[in-house]
Order: sequence, then structure tokens, then C-alpha cells
Amino acid sequence: MSLRSDLESGKFVITAEIGPGKGTDVTEIAEVAELLRGRVTAANVTDQQSSVMRLGSLATCHLLVDHHLEPVLQMTCRDRNRIALQSDLLSAWVLGVHNVLALTGDLPHLGDHKDAIGVYDLDSVQLLSVISRLNEGYDMMGNELQGKPDFFAGAVVNPGADTEASFDLQLFKMEKKIKAGAKFFQTQAVYEPDKFARFMKRVEGFGVPVLAGVIPLKSVGMARYMNKNVSGVFVPEETIQRLAAAEDKTRAGIDLCAELIRDLKDLCQGVHIMPIGWEKRVPEILDKAGL
Amino acid sequence: MKSITRQKSLEQIERGLSDWARVFIVGCGTCTTATMTGGLEQVLEMKEQLEKMDKWVSGWTVIPVACDEMTAVSIEEHGRAIADAGCVLAMTCALGVHRLNQYLERPVVPALDTLFIGVEETPGCFREVCGQCGECVLGETAGICPVVTCHKGLVNGPCGGTNRGKCEVDKERDCAWSLIYARLKAQGRLQAMRNYQPPRNHHRMPRPRVTRLV
Repeated sequence: MSLRSDLESGKFVITAEIGPGKGTDVTEIAEVAELLRGRVTAANVTDQQSSVMRLGSLATCHLLVDHHLEPVLQMTCRDRNRIALQSDLLSAWVLGVHNVLALTGDLPHLGDHKDAIGVYDLDSVQLLSVISRLNEGYDMMGNELQGKPDFFAGAVVNPGADTEASFDLQLFKMEKKIKAGAKFFQTQAVYEPDKFARFMKRVEGFGVPVLAGVIPLKSVGMARYMNKNVSGVFVPEETIQRLAAAEDKTRAGIDLCAELIRDLKDLCQGVHIMPIGWEKRVPEILDKAGL
Repeated sequence: MKSITRQKSLEQIERGLSDWARVFIVGCGTCTTATMTGGLEQVLEMKEQLEKMDKWVSGWTVIPVACDEMTAVSIEEHGRAIADAGCVLAMTCALGVHRLNQYLERPVVPALDTLFIGVEETPGCFREVCGQCGECVLGETAGICPVVTCHKGLVNGPCGGTNRGKCEVDKERDCAWSLIYARLKAQGRLQAMRNYQPPRNHHRMPRPRVTRLV
């Protein structure tokens, strides 16, 4: 069982996201790894998520390898130039990290080191083509590698574009990413299965597996915040009302997420759970979803 | 095209002048006059501010185009007053500061920060349209530069932060790629959205960049 073989064999795949903390305490990572092992095919590790400085994705992925949980190295273009990106990719491979998710990366301005420079020497499309080149045994300048990796590279797409233009823009970029070497996609959080079904119809022809992103709702405030601030994410009012009416919000958040996963299951090739602090509740969500 | 500047804080200016009691002020009749950061009015205001800092202003002038070679002539005209000062406070862009340094032995202290090269789109609104990257993609992006218009400088399409045609960093700011898309569509050239732009060569011309005509 591996992310690559499961997706290639057409199995419905579950991945979850782990966000390293700020500091050197890795107790929780170990606990979460134990809980997720056997329940998810692979776990993504975020790369300085929201531009907040934390423990690195590569080191955390390596810890997951030690815990026998297959990692997906999230790699953004925000903090490293092309030399560091390629070097870290080679480092990841020798540390047993075989999946990589290429991202542009949030702006430093959104995080806790607001004055930092955003590097963006490469963008996500260029990073994917660099990964493909490394897999062929060459660095991006065409220099031969002594020993080459064989990364399974993925990318992200936002299926919830709100206008026809932004929808088109997402598809153009998705196409570019596939051409550059993306073998799978994980999406921005989905809350509307019908809208997502339309997206899947449009990208069917690309023939690349898509894992629908889901974020469990923890509160009404969180839902409203995302509707207002997060691009392409829309939590329907009906969902918000169900959460508002519930006495036990945690229970309701888990139920809603499980229900959503059941609705999405037949539309795509997998789900990607982004628990944002609820890592330990992932098994419960999966139980409820019957997975 | 204008060199866009912003005045430093008075604290920063005072710090820059801390070694000298006597100052000569230079403004510029071109860009900093247009942006109201170094025109006649601002030079006179600065004179008052410096006097409040207990500086003695030996003189002032607004040079027509501080960055060109005629600056040498203006400096000569004010040779006496400049000689009376310990330093020159430049209310010009950095190009003017550079030019003044070329002709003056006295230290030149900038009163302004040079922000970008911009065009005046509507009266009083200056926009950065070119980052002088040395690898122009405007032909494939409908004349809108993604290197300066996109917050991340992305050349292969938008990031995930584009929201209703706006940038997630600032809801007032248009997403560069939404603008590019709309114009390419109007021109019937949406195919250009598929063009792969390779990683940029940051050393197309290594710094300091120089060209020689002869």
C-alpha cells in the first residue's frame, strides 16, 4: 500500500494533513502518527503553513517515516530559491520521503514574520517540472545526478472558483501542472458536493486523480470566517445553521464532516482531510464516514 | 514615467543629519514635484522642519531635473551656500542623490525613500507597471505585467488566493491573472494562458546593470 500504488490501482484514497508546531516538541506528531497509521494511506505535512514559522516539513516527514506513516512533503516556493528547493528534494528522497506536493505558498505578509521576503524564485508549475527533471536524473540546469529520485508529485487546485473566469483560470493552471508532472491533485476545502461534482465533470478528461479537500467545522465563527476570507471556499448557510443549532458543536462538526465525505466519495478518487488542530479526531471522522 | 518617492519620517531625517548643524536643501522639479515629495512647497516646509530641529539652512534650490547632467550647473550656481553647509539634504529620488554625489564633495543625505518606477494612470495615482526584470512577457500576458502586478510575481497563472477577481492580500487590489485573463479573452487569445513560462534568469544582466552605447 502506497499513495502511488493505491491511486494507480483506482482505490479510494484517504490522506490527512499534519501541521507541525512551533518548537522542538514532537510528542504530538508521534501521537498523531500512531492514530493515523492504518487509517490513512498517507499524511501531508504542511510547509510553514500560513507563513507561520514552525518545525520544518522535511524533518516532520522523516519522523513520520520512522513511525511507518507514509508522508507527503508539502513544498512551497515561498522560502527557498531553486538551489535550496532541489537540494531539499534530494534530501527528502534519501530520508525516505517519496511523495511531494508542490505549492506556490502563502505570502509572508499573512504570517508571523510579515517583513520577510517571499522568494518565489520558482512557481508551483516550474517546481513540478523541476521534480520531473530530477526524476529523469538531471537537475534543472541539465547536470546529471549521481543517483536519482522517483518522486510521486502532486499539486493543488481550487474547485470552488466563484466566477466563470476564476474557474477557467483554475483549469488552465491545473492543465499546466499536469503537463509539468502532477500525478494527483488535492483540493481546497469543499463544502458543496453539487458544485464539486460540476468541477469533477470538467476535469474528468484530464485523467488525473483528485482528492477532495475537507476541513471539519469547529464553530459557526470558523465557517463564517472562511466564507468571508478564504478564496473559493463556501460553507452553505444550511450547514452553518445545523452547526449553530447543535448542542455539542464538536459532535456536530465531526458528523457534518463525515456526511460530507460520504457525499463526495462517489465523485472523486479520494479525500484529503485537513483537520487544522483536530488531527486526533480524524479516526472518529473516518469511523462515522464508514471508511 | 516617474520615479515614485515617499518622505522619510522626521526622526529618520534628523538621524541622517545628526552630524551637521548646517544644511543645504535640494528639491527636484520633475518626479518629486509631481509626487509632492520634493517640489518647491515641500522644500520650504522641510526648511521650517529643519529649523525646528535647530538646524541652520544655508540655502535651498529646486533643480529642474536632478538626475541629469545639468545638475552640475545648478550646484555651481549655489556653490557658496552649499559650501556654508555641512551637508546636502536631497528631496530627490535616489537617482538625484546619485547625481548629486557625483558633483559634490559634501555628504548628500536622502530625505526620501525611492519606492518604484511608475506611470501616472489618473491624476495623482501612480502605478508600478514594470519591474525592469529584463525578461519581458508582456506579449503573452495582454500587456499586463504579472511580475509586478501579481503580489507573488507569478508568471504561470494565479495562485489559490484569487478571490472574485481580487488578490487575497488586499481585497481592493485586482488579481493580476484575472486582469490578464479578461484581456486575453477580449483579444480572442485565451490560448496564451496555456504557455509555460520557464524559471526566470535573475542574472540576465548582473548587478550593477550597465549598458554602453559605444
